Amino acid sequence: MRERVLIFGGLAVFLILFTYPLWHAAALGTQAKQPQLQLPAQAKECVAPLPYMRAAHMRLLIEWRENAVRQGVRQIHAANGKSYDASLTRTCLGECHTNKAEFCDRCHTYAGVSALYCWDCHNKPQLVAARRTP
Amino acid sequence: MKITRKDFLRLSGLSLLALAGGKAVRAVTDLAGASATAVAGSAKTVRWGMVIDLGKWRGQGTDKCIKACDAAHNIPQIPDPAREVKWIWEQPFETVFPSEQTDYTRQTYAGRPIPVMCNHCADPACVRVCPTGATWKREDGIVMMDWHRCIGCKYCVVACPYGARSFNFSDPVPYIAQVTPEFPTRSKGVVEKCNFCAERLAQGKQPVCVEACPDKSMIFGNLADPNSEIRQVLGSRFSIRRKPELGTQPNIFYIV
Repeated sequence: MRERVLIFGGLAVFLILFTYPLWHAAALGTQAKQPQLQLPAQAKECVAPLPYMRAAHMRLLIEWRENAVRQGVRQIHAANGKSYDASLTRTCLGECHTNKAEFCDRCHTYAGVSALYCWDCHNKPQLVAARRTP
Repeated sequence: MKITRKDFLRLSGLSLLALAGGKAVRAVTDLAGASATAVAGSAKTVRWGMVIDLGKWRGQGTDKCIKACDAAHNIPQIPDPAREVKWIWEQPFETVFPSEQTDYTRQTYAGRPIPVMCNHCADPACVRVCPTGATWKREDGIVMMDWHRCIGCKYCVVACPYGARSFNFSDPVPYIAQVTPEFPTRSKGVVEKCNFCAERLAQGKQPVCVEACPDKSMIFGNLADPNSEIRQVLGSRFSIRRKPELGTQPNIFYIV
């Protein structure tokens, strides 16, 4: 009977210590460190809203590819009312996200997404130069 | 509420009928829709083709066409002939037209360079063998490739009777002198070939080789349009195609 105090007391201490990072962060109001992305300087809006791009840009790219290569539809009508050339090489990487290391890579590294090979083919000259010197 | 055995059977029979009826109606309407699009598709308004005038190809500066294509499509210049990548290139007459040879053509034409490329056949062997659907025949006649889908099995390379397909045995980028950022490069393990400049046709332009070639030695156009320039040329002058005995129906015509 006397062990009950010990057991539950120990459990309580364990739980408090175990959840320390959670409630400590909640109490201080600190947030996890976000990846620092360098946004394109000249373009202010993306082809789709930010939450969608964050979650599903790869789905969007696959859709563009299927439409452009298979159906010959090479223009997309974005949510903001504008029309864009449906091209990863020319539109996304060519006009806006010219800096792979400070945009694409930072988030992919943060999220632990590896073995991406989009840039093997869809590349900018500076990436090509990097591949030339092994 | 009590339901009799008879009512239960009647109800289930009726609901089954309703289900089947709905399915049948949908199948019929789907079929009607499909046949309507099939009719629209069969009235082909565009079928791209090319005429190469070999008399004019002999002139100066024809390698401009090849260089223009190489630059526009980021084609690597690999010195090893076993691993090289080609979209448009020159080959000796006797290998291009093996069945057109006589003792006399050998005297005059042997070794004469003939420009060759993907023939965009009407019945392409490469498309038949591709296991992943990475290459297919478009409605407008272009034999297109989706490099994302290519698994590098090289079946199409073997199937093509014209040697129009090349395989990337290694990363091609180190062999590209100046990368054109507008067009993607390829990666190791992917097959590639001439795409009839599908990306330029989408913008209403002519293929880059046709534009770069002097004296109209290459004519590109719509074979389905009887008033097009290419049809006028084909109607007025005698032309041959490569290896017609194979039945692939090339869409590249040569005026000898």
